[in-house]
Amino acid sequence: MANAADAHGHDAAHEHHPTAGTYWKVGIILTIITVWEVWAYYIPSLVASRIFIPMLLILSAVKFAIVVMFYMHLKYDHKLFRALFTGPLLVAMATVVGLLFLFGKVAVRLAA
Amino acid sequence: MATIAMPGRVEAAAPARPAEPTGVWSWITTVDHKRIGTLYLFTALFFFVVGGTEALVIRLQLMKPNMGIVSADMYNQLFTMHGTTMVFLVIMPLSAAFFNYLIPLQIGARDVAFPRLNAFSYWVYALGGVFITAPIFLSLAPNGGWFGYAPLTTTAYSPTLNIDFWVIGLQILGISSLAAAFNFITTIINMRAPGMHLMRMPIFTWMSFVVQFLVILAFPVITVALVFLLFDRFFGTNFYTIAAGADPLLWQHLFWIFGHPEVYILILPAFGLVSEVLPTYSRKPLFGYPVMVYSGILIGFLGFGVWAHHMFSVGMGPIADSIFSLTTMLIAIPTGVKILNWISTMWGGQIRFTTAMLFGIALVALFTMGGISGIMHSSAAADLQQTDSYFVVAHFHYVLFGGAIFGIFAGVYHYFPKMTGRFLDETLGKWHFWVFFVAMNLTFFPMHFSGLLGMPRRIYTYDAGQGWELFNMMASLGAFLQGAGMLIFFYNMWRSYRQPATAPADPWGAPTLEWTIPSPPPDYNFAKLPQVTSRYPLWDEKGREAMIQHRAGDRIPSAEELHIPMPKSTAKPFVVALFMTCMLASLIFLHVEGMATVGILATIAFALAMVGTLYSWLLSPLE
Amino acid sequence: MTTATLTADHGHTHGAGGAATPEHQPHHTTLGLDHRKIAIWAFIGSECMLFISLISTYLIYKGKSLVGPYPHEKWTDPNTGETFNAILNIPVTSASTFVLLMSSLAMVLAHNAVINRTGKAKWWLLTTILLGTGFLGFQAYEFTSFVHEGLTIKTNLFGSSFFTLTGFHGAHVTVGVLWLCTLLAIDLKRGLKPEDGLIVDLSALYWHFVDVVWIAIFTLVYLIP
Ligand SMILES: [Cu+2]
Repeated sequence: MANAADAHGHDAAHEHHPTAGTYWKVGIILTIITVWEVWAYYIPSLVASRIFIPMLLILSAVKFAIVVMFYMHLKYDHKLFRALFTGPLLVAMATVVGLLFLFGKVAVRLAA
Repeated sequence: MATIAMPGRVEAAAPARPAEPTGVWSWITTVDHKRIGTLYLFTALFFFVVGGTEALVIRLQLMKPNMGIVSADMYNQLFTMHGTTMVFLVIMPLSAAFFNYLIPLQIGARDVAFPRLNAFSYWVYALGGVFITAPIFLSLAPNGGWFGYAPLTTTAYSPTLNIDFWVIGLQILGISSLAAAFNFITTIINMRAPGMHLMRMPIFTWMSFVVQFLVILAFPVITVALVFLLFDRFFGTNFYTIAAGADPLLWQHLFWIFGHPEVYILILPAFGLVSEVLPTYSRKPLFGYPVMVYSGILIGFLGFGVWAHHMFSVGMGPIADSIFSLTTMLIAIPTGVKILNWISTMWGGQIRFTTAMLFGIALVALFTMGGISGIMHSSAAADLQQTDSYFVVAHFHYVLFGGAIFGIFAGVYHYFPKMTGRFLDETLGKWHFWVFFVAMNLTFFPMHFSGLLGMPRRIYTYDAGQGWELFNMMASLGAFLQGAGMLIFFYNMWRSYRQPATAPADPWGAPTLEWTIPSPPPDYNFAKLPQVTSRYPLWDEKGREAMIQHRAGDRIPSAEELHIPMPKSTAKPFVVALFMTCMLASLIFLHVEGMATVGILATIAFALAMVGTLYSWLLSPLE
Repeated sequence: MTTATLTADHGHTHGAGGAATPEHQPHHTTLGLDHRKIAIWAFIGSECMLFISLISTYLIYKGKSLVGPYPHEKWTDPNTGETFNAILNIPVTSASTFVLLMSSLAMVLAHNAVINRTGKAKWWLLTTILLGTGFLGFQAYEFTSFVHEGLTIKTNLFGSSFFTLTGFHGAHVTVGVLWLCTLLAIDLKRGLKPEDGLIVDLSALYWHFVDVVWIAIFTLVYLIP
């Protein structure tokens, strides 16, 4: 790898960095989703409906994924970093789901 | 360790090997992974004596019915500290000693990725160990069990400082383990010699790799559980206050989410060591290397899905009980695969019964016994009969003593010549082994019976006539016999220290990279970085000669002569560790009447000192 | 605390084509990656477990408090007859969420400016720092107003788990602000060059991770009743 280092002198992994324009676009998308989330919070009929919680969970998951992929540039970086992040994240998600089950939180929501 | 005269082709003027720095200061400032490994080894052996002494007092107290050697309160402190010491101050650091010493050598690296962070980890461990151990002399040692179940450990039920020492001490030790884990993950990923791809990595390094991931995933959970307890005790929060609606199982769940991976953190390094020892003395490659690797990964991964098998008796309900029963039975499969692979490795090999090999074989046998009683616990129905009885004590001592400690001793006898250039005496070693083996079984086997006869754990005395007398007497005699075994071991070390260093680079005919360089290795390890072409480079017919970097009598040049840049010695990691430990230790004063202000001021002062030193560390170059 | 130590041993390795000087051969690395970047990703993985433990506890204790104030509902003290409003202030927190989100945008632009030599790095770093500090300001306002309204860390399970979770997050933001201030100081002193992209990247990864945690907290704690 050392031989392949480019003349600009920065990390080879940074070659495919998105441009500033992409970052702005991502920022706008994140803002739109945030506005959507807060807007939904103020519509009582939506809050009362069954789709409210799943919708919010999906929206925040999308935001989460966008920041991780573009701002933390996991989409463009070495696959090792992707593994180092998603592995622990999966264990963490499994743990929280397991705990909510054990404390009777998930069952309640399924029954509702 | 001054210069050592080597026979052979050495010119009179040039020393056979570069002089090593000596003196206390050189140890405080060292950033060499081998010297840090040595520090870990000796510190952990010191704590082994401490934890062993605690166990001997316990066994003396339980030798006969109604003994009065110690009070009930002191007994609580003794069994709490015995468990805490053995887990956090002995087995984990003994493993860390081998991580430090071996990982860079096995992957063909000159040091770890972050040498100064490595020194920091050691000093945090050593200082944290002193912090959590010292209070026993004031009868203030932790007394809530190594698992510290809340709400029992909240201020309402444990108002004294004992538990505060435990909470803060474990936080300190956790920082040490986490810092070391990030370091070794980076080292193993990024510092392997050319050609050392993952499936050529020595199995000890592989198991260590898995363990580091268990550490970074499990330790944050206990950190959070301990923060809750600390806040409950110091700031009046309600995490474990049942009267405020808290769930009495919260601590147990968080603790065992950490606690079960922790047992793999304790055992996998020993598995790795034994997987180096058995092939070497059988002169056969490890049977099913890829299966060994995958089963190690699988054990690590499944280890996060079995935690509630420690809680069958709390009434989680049939669904949860069944799921955790199943996952626990499942995890026995990759573990059993390892046992089979070890046996198959020895099968048909040219076995040499050295001390290391004896310890390795004993691990296979004793761990299997501990594993079988473990599978018995995986059935929730059976577990209800066994839980909190001496049967469980027998189980986990077979796993952790017969497993982890025997594996580590296999590693000690195997690697002692590499680490010191000196052999341990084989005759004394075999005495040590046989005394240990007999004593171990004498101590822990009878506990199966006393447990099934209903003897509960953690009781400080018992009445006669319940059928427990004989088993307790046997266990106590066995414990003292173990002490005798340790004396043989220490005498062996002392004898070896007084003898000349004669160990060649590869005294056992072992196959991996660490045996291609001098014993003990020079500070830079590898004069030239090895080019790895196989899993067992020194057992290759072709290419073997090219791998050997040192032959008897060769002069060992210094790093300067070879133009190898070495990290500079520095006391900064030690100072940062010291300030950080003091910062966390000062929190104790928050619980001392009228000292709260002093505690806060001291904490802030040490925090500022720590951050200042940290900046100075970060801004100074490594080399 | 470990965060900062991760960047400790710079100079030991220079990833592919790093700042290797002729008399100082770059150390061998297996993947051509910088040690520090691997370590920070491992650290972030570990932090996932830290925050998931805090979040799990918050969710487990949701609705379990025996006394108010509550996050989303009114509560009347049966002893005094005093009424407490639902305590979470969604407008303010929405604003602070937006501020933190924008700080992430400023952070990537700072990194972009460093590796592309646009000369604007210090302004974007400063913007990130100001937005981060702004978030902390919102949090300080939120905490003090909660205390005035009768919710402390001792009041009930909600108070304990809420203040601990968001307090841990705030502590992470504080560390991030200090880290970025250090980078800004370096930039003002000698100017950050494209070779320094990596050290900016390390702080940026940490900063975005802290932002991502807030995205989860905002939904799970504030928006879902
Ligand atoms: Cu377990």
